Amino acid sequence: MKFHGLWSILAATFFAAPAMAQDTIKIGVTQPLTGAFAASGNYVADGAKIAEAAVNAAGGVLGRKIQLIIEDNKSNPTETVATAEKLIAKDKVPVMIGAWSSTLTLAVMPKLMEYEVPMVVETSSSGKITTSGNPYIFRISPTSEMEAKAFAGMVKKFGIKKADFLATNNDFGLGASQEFSQMLKGQGVQVGTIETMDPKATDFSAQLAKIKASGGDTLFVTTAVEQATLILRQAKEQQVKARIITTGGSVSPDQLIAQAGEAANGSYHLVFFTPWFPEAVKNPDIAKKFVAEWNARKYNAGGLTEGFRGWDAVHTVVEAIKLAGKAEPKAITDALWKVHVKGINGDIAFIKQGPAGKESAQNVPSVYVVRIDNGKVVKN
Amino acid sequence: MDQLLQHCLNALMLGGTYALLGIGLTLIFGIMKVVNFTHGELYAFGAYMMYMLVMLTGVNFFVALGLAIILGVLLGALLEFVLLSRLRGADIDTTMLVMIGAWIALQNAEQLAWTGVAVNIRNPFPAAPLVMGPVSVAWNRVFVFAIALALIFATYRLINHTKLGRAMRATFQDRDTAALMGVQINRIHTATFALGSGLAAAAGALLGPVFVAYPSMGDLAAAKAFAVVILGGLGSIPGATAGGFILAFVEELGAGYISSGYRDAMGFVLIIVILLFRPTGLFARRERIG
Repeated sequence: MKFHGLWSILAATFFAAPAMAQDTIKIGVTQPLTGAFAASGNYVADGAKIAEAAVNAAGGVLGRKIQLIIEDNKSNPTETVATAEKLIAKDKVPVMIGAWSSTLTLAVMPKLMEYEVPMVVETSSSGKITTSGNPYIFRISPTSEMEAKAFAGMVKKFGIKKADFLATNNDFGLGASQEFSQMLKGQGVQVGTIETMDPKATDFSAQLAKIKASGGDTLFVTTAVEQATLILRQAKEQQVKARIITTGGSVSPDQLIAQAGEAANGSYHLVFFTPWFPEAVKNPDIAKKFVAEWNARKYNAGGLTEGFRGWDAVHTVVEAIKLAGKAEPKAITDALWKVHVKGINGDIAFIKQGPAGKESAQNVPSVYVVRIDNGKVVKN
Repeated sequence: MDQLLQHCLNALMLGGTYALLGIGLTLIFGIMKVVNFTHGELYAFGAYMMYMLVMLTGVNFFVALGLAIILGVLLGALLEFVLLSRLRGADIDTTMLVMIGAWIALQNAEQLAWTGVAVNIRNPFPAAPLVMGPVSVAWNRVFVFAIALALIFATYRLINHTKLGRAMRATFQDRDTAALMGVQINRIHTATFALGSGLAAAAGALLGPVFVAYPSMGDLAAAKAFAVVILGGLGSIPGATAGGFILAFVEELGAGYISSGYRDAMGFVLIIVILLFRPTGLFARRERIG
């Protein structure tokens, strides 16, 4: 009896594990599950898990189930490289999803070149990611330039005469303030002061006093939701009268309403999914299904504007594996160029960006603007 | 002119909180010579205790503030008793490694307990700011400033004008002699660490409601606290207080008139300059140890 038990353990260890590995197709995910961006990273991971369950419930892909291997990059560029190394070298994933922040994504990109493994980028918006000549990058989220372009049509409607900027001091913030200020100048809008802040800072009194003195009618804010919350509150404390517009799609309006309260009223937000009115998006059936599952799992409703990124990324990867006919990096890289996926944000397909011969892939996503009015999110 | 006034008012408010962070650390890092990496975690702990008491159990804001500080003192005493009491006489590297471990463990425990999503703590002050002509300041910041000054003054009195304070200073100047003179040095170690931790928790409990609470909130707070302590001179409470205000004014005016991108670098440039001319910091006379 005793020996019998031991043998089963040995058998399980040596024979069952490789058999399991052949049964599932592994997809590597690197997200900030702890550290400064923990809230958003966990939402994206939750969205990806909903997609995993949905794909597997529908029979998986190529007759096999998919299995997400989610690693925590700790909101840290060095750790992000380590997660990629682990996912590719040890888990042998043929494709990855990551890494939320522009800085983290840029850090991991050389590893993709080294191992020739493709990565679907679900959040980062720095232009550099798709213009630096890395042919393993497939970005489904919009670049800051695309956001600026989408917003260009609304400048007249908003009646912007002079704009100021407050951005987090990294690839994401600096890229966005550059693209938006260029776009505004092109429309004859005066650009006042461009202020930056440490990504970990919590006190923006100095920057806001300067912005108040600059006196623009609109303040563009580019950062994660935690800092945006504090900026809204502190702007009110210092009586900054400018209309505040956030960019980047990661400033969850629901979380702002819960945490900034009154100070959130009257602010505008660029988002890439509008869960408050799922009927208004391009593929409402998918959006409604996703929102229902998110709520059924009792996830925080404020996370939907991030969570959808995980869903869209997993479906993009699965479609590519299906087209490739096998779960190998080279075949998946080629197949990703051919995908047409109905996602929550819209229809996902890639165009070429960056230097000829080693182009990166960029999707052209939908961008929406919403407003917070009396503690409610309304269509703009 | 209006902008300058607003910058000065902001710096004054910010300086109070930097000073409060600094005095807690100057007791532990300056007097005890323990490089305390858990200072920021005690700060986060204070903020989360406020969240738990005010938002989850509905305790009165001011009662919660008192309780959060007491809980911070208890956690500090526990840390000292469990980890540091075994390391008396161990070299500074060993202690430092243990404190780094405690820092990581505490921060991850916070994330496990409260998740990574930032939480908001309600405060009883009016939402409309206090407006004085062209400048304005939030009421809760005025409250934080007043309490910070009171705590700094109380700590100064405790260290310099009480028997316990004298025992603390004696223990860390020369523990053998202090022991011979009948000072219970083990208790003094625990009490000093607990007091410093309580002050960190107080800073977190005061500032949690001003900002938001999240697990990694302590990292930047700890960096500022170390800057303040080194600037003012190790172990000096007036030094940490002055250091806090100087750092705040340099950051605020530097960000306002030079570049906000270098806001956090300004303070450290200042430290380098001051240490070049006064290697012991602004207020400490004795030679630095460790």
